[in-house]
Amino acid sequence: MYPDNFRYTKEHEWVMVDGDTGTIGITDHAQSELGDIVYIDMPKAGTIVEKGKTLGSVESVKAVSDVYAPVSGEVIEVNQKLAGGPELLNQDPHGAAWLVKIRLSTPDEVGQLLTAGEYQEYLGAQD
Amino acid sequence: MSEPAVLKRTPLNAVHRQSGARMVDFGGWDMPVQYSGVMDEHHTVRRAAGLFDVSHMGEIEIRGVEALDLVSYATTNAPARLKTGQAQYSGLLYEHGGFVDDILVHKVAGDHYFLCVNASNQEKDYEHIRSINRWQAEVEFASPRYAQIAVQGPCALQTLQPLTPVALAPIRYYHFTDGEVSGAAARIARTGYTGEDGFEIYVAPDQAPRIWAALLDAGAGFGIKPCGLGARNTLRLEASMALYGHEIDASITPLEADLAWIVKFDKGDFLGRDALVKQQEAGPRRKLIGFQMRGRGIGRDGYEVRIDDAPAGWVTSGGPSPTLNQNIGLCYLPVEHAQIGKTIHIVVRNQPVEAVTVPTPFYKRAK
Repeated sequence: MYPDNFRYTKEHEWVMVDGDTGTIGITDHAQSELGDIVYIDMPKAGTIVEKGKTLGSVESVKAVSDVYAPVSGEVIEVNQKLAGGPELLNQDPHGAAWLVKIRLSTPDEVGQLLTAGEYQEYLGAQD
Repeated sequence: MSEPAVLKRTPLNAVHRQSGARMVDFGGWDMPVQYSGVMDEHHTVRRAAGLFDVSHMGEIEIRGVEALDLVSYATTNAPARLKTGQAQYSGLLYEHGGFVDDILVHKVAGDHYFLCVNASNQEKDYEHIRSINRWQAEVEFASPRYAQIAVQGPCALQTLQPLTPVALAPIRYYHFTDGEVSGAAARIARTGYTGEDGFEIYVAPDQAPRIWAALLDAGAGFGIKPCGLGARNTLRLEASMALYGHEIDASITPLEADLAWIVKFDKGDFLGRDALVKQQEAGPRRKLIGFQMRGRGIGRDGYEVRIDDAPAGWVTSGGPSPTLNQNIGLCYLPVEHAQIGKTIHIVVRNQPVEAVTVPTPFYKRAK
């Protein structure tokens, strides 16, 4: 369910690091909690984001939820597939429905994030 | 910090939890917000039938030779015009004209009225009615004796009919019959909160799990699905039905809330009448009106509405309309702006997004 090569936050974001690029998304748990997703607001390419600060928002039929940047850096790509079909985020949150790609400014931050095992443990403790 | 209060549970709580429904704290009640998903449940109710546990709703029974006098004084509509077996949407008001609650009044007999009231208001409503009772009438807090299950949608009648000897087709909208469902005593009302045909069934709490299962079985061929409060909200918003705490509350009168039709000034005295007469003469200063988003964004409850760059009102309810595939909502605007076709802006996360005022209800079923 939760890929081992991802790192996670307690706010239910994930990041997959490849070189100096981090691909960011929200977890399956997050999409499931939100329910049917109808809007996704993400910053434009070129925006500088800071770990722990608001990256954008995801809106479902029920409510709006902020998405926080799991790492700091510059947004280099926004997933265009989501603009026309936000429901993709309900279907494939760990794959095709990534949100943005970021060029990491502080790669050391990644080590502070939860591993897949830690994240699942955290989810278990929530119930 | 204080300990979180223990949530109240309906008799169907275990059924929801075992079926994997997503549960939320809804005004102190542990309730299912969704089963298969809000969109899916919404469409299922519009196209086939959905099953809702609404046992959190409250019931108040008023009996006695002067029961009608009390109900008529306590409510804005005219219960004297009800026939036995008929129900009526009505308002309970404070003296200043604001809502204590919005309710359904059922006439069981000339000396017996059955009120269905909002879950989070039930104790308040009971105390309120008792406090104004100066007639030979007994007010009973009857909620513990009732569970309530709503079956809603075009296939609701066909779903329920095999489970009851009561002929359902002759029960007209906003009428009810006392009979049996699956062998248990039940009050079967042709009412609902979805804008579809359907029934609200009042039964003893210990019978609810059995009847819930029987209804799911009976509706299986139509594709019936259990539904949560999420779909209940999108359905009622499309039908433009008020929700206490959103469109109406103690600071809002029926004349402002587009509910003048439930105020019968000519029926005699009722609590709140003087305030409403004054407001009627002066003209209400704000009105509830529907809107549809033009720009990208959803106007949600509590968001500010701006006209000509100035604050003008607020959104009471808003969200996507699954049936219309539009983002819709209701808002309060000053009367001078509360006309159809007006361009307004709703402040969505600090950004004004364009919307236009539109007629309500957003959705009306084909008869």
